[in-house]
Amino acid sequence: MSEIKIIDARDTFCPGPLMELITHMKQASVGDTLELLSTDEGSGADVPEWVNKVGHEMISNEKVDGVWHIKIRKAK
Amino acid sequence: MRILVVGGGTGGTIVANNLARRLSAEMRARRARITMLSASDKHMYQPGLLYVAFGQMTPDQLYRDQASLLEPSIEFHVDPAEKFELDQNRVTTKSGKTHEYDILVIATGSRIVPEQIPGLAEGAETFYTEASAVKMFKRLREFEGGKVAIVVGVPHKCPIAPVELVFSLHDYFKSRGIRDKVAIKYHYPIGRMHTIENVAKWAKPEFERMGIEIETLFNVKEVDVENKIVKSEEDTETNYDLLIAIPPHKGMEVIEDNKLGQAGWIPTDRFKLTMNGHDNVYVVGDTTNLPVSKTGSAAHFEAEVISENIASIVKIGTPVRDYDGKVYCFIEAGHDKATYAMFNYQNPPDLKPASKPMHWFKTAYNQMYWTSVRGLL
Repeated sequence: MSEIKIIDARDTFCPGPLMELITHMKQASVGDTLELLSTDEGSGADVPEWVNKVGHEMISNEKVDGVWHIKIRKAK
Repeated sequence: MRILVVGGGTGGTIVANNLARRLSAEMRARRARITMLSASDKHMYQPGLLYVAFGQMTPDQLYRDQASLLEPSIEFHVDPAEKFELDQNRVTTKSGKTHEYDILVIATGSRIVPEQIPGLAEGAETFYTEASAVKMFKRLREFEGGKVAIVVGVPHKCPIAPVELVFSLHDYFKSRGIRDKVAIKYHYPIGRMHTIENVAKWAKPEFERMGIEIETLFNVKEVDVENKIVKSEEDTETNYDLLIAIPPHKGMEVIEDNKLGQAGWIPTDRFKLTMNGHDNVYVVGDTTNLPVSKTGSAAHFEAEVISENIASIVKIGTPVRDYDGKVYCFIEAGHDKATYAMFNYQNPPDLKPASKPMHWFKTAYNQMYWTSVRGLL
């Protein structure tokens, strides 16, 4: 199993968690798993919306101690 | 203490000047030395490129000689770094000269990579270089009406630029008396029209007032130049007569070539601003991989922290403060009004209505920059 790439986008307003995810997704290879950490309240809904629309794979989405942990696999 | 600054943009120049002033006694006593390596003998005020693209500034107004901006005590070489040997504390330049250091500051910046998106370089206008800004202005002057599409690559320098571009286009076409013949469509990569929520809340009604069409969740996949269609990763497409792009960026090739960071962004501690795993290497501005805006403003505030900490290391053997994520961005809301966004890691920006005095302040800052980059402001 390949290593999970952590994207620490906690406490950031610009460029923001989803922009950070898109940046890292472009650098990743198909099949890679990325875990986004975000303190942005909206991430729990915004990130899956983008992931589903663009066609990547949502693995998990949970909030632990105020931090969203969102795992995504790059599908294309 | 030998301090080597690699890069002569906003961040590197402020670090070097601020340090030279703080360490003037130590430098006179030859206990400290500051050397700067840069790829160019010129320094560009990059925010001015947007004005060039609208015919409000000419390119020559954006430049100063780099040497004229530096404290005389700084040793300055136009000789870009090519090889970083961090374990040996040395950097080798294009000319073959080797510079050893005790503390290294990497401030190499970022570059546009429109070629990452098929058709973008050929099909879209942009304003992120002198040549492209001039070319864009010539296209705008020739444009007599039709559909203008704006697309935004990720990541990009100056996150406010897409919004400023729309305001400027609206005012430009209005001033030419052809605004009613131009449809403007704005595309943005995430699910709201700006990544900063409060900027989106402020700008959305402004865009509606100006009659701007907005499509969100649009990441540029390719441009069909022949048929004038821009397509998204999300499987949507837009026809255009004139396409304007905020191009995607990467860090500099020398960073990638030396394997200092993926895509040219160096892994950096968000508070200390040191390179991960290298306590004597500081990273400033666009070069970092931090989730912080890639702007001259972030580089400025980071540079102040870095220079204060390096000076403290020289004087008392320890750094004294952390970077809090501070950024201050002017937002030009057309050709006669502006506002600003100020925020840090903990506090979001609270936007005020755009005003003429803030635009005048921004106009003044376009000149004050040269004082700022000297480390005086």
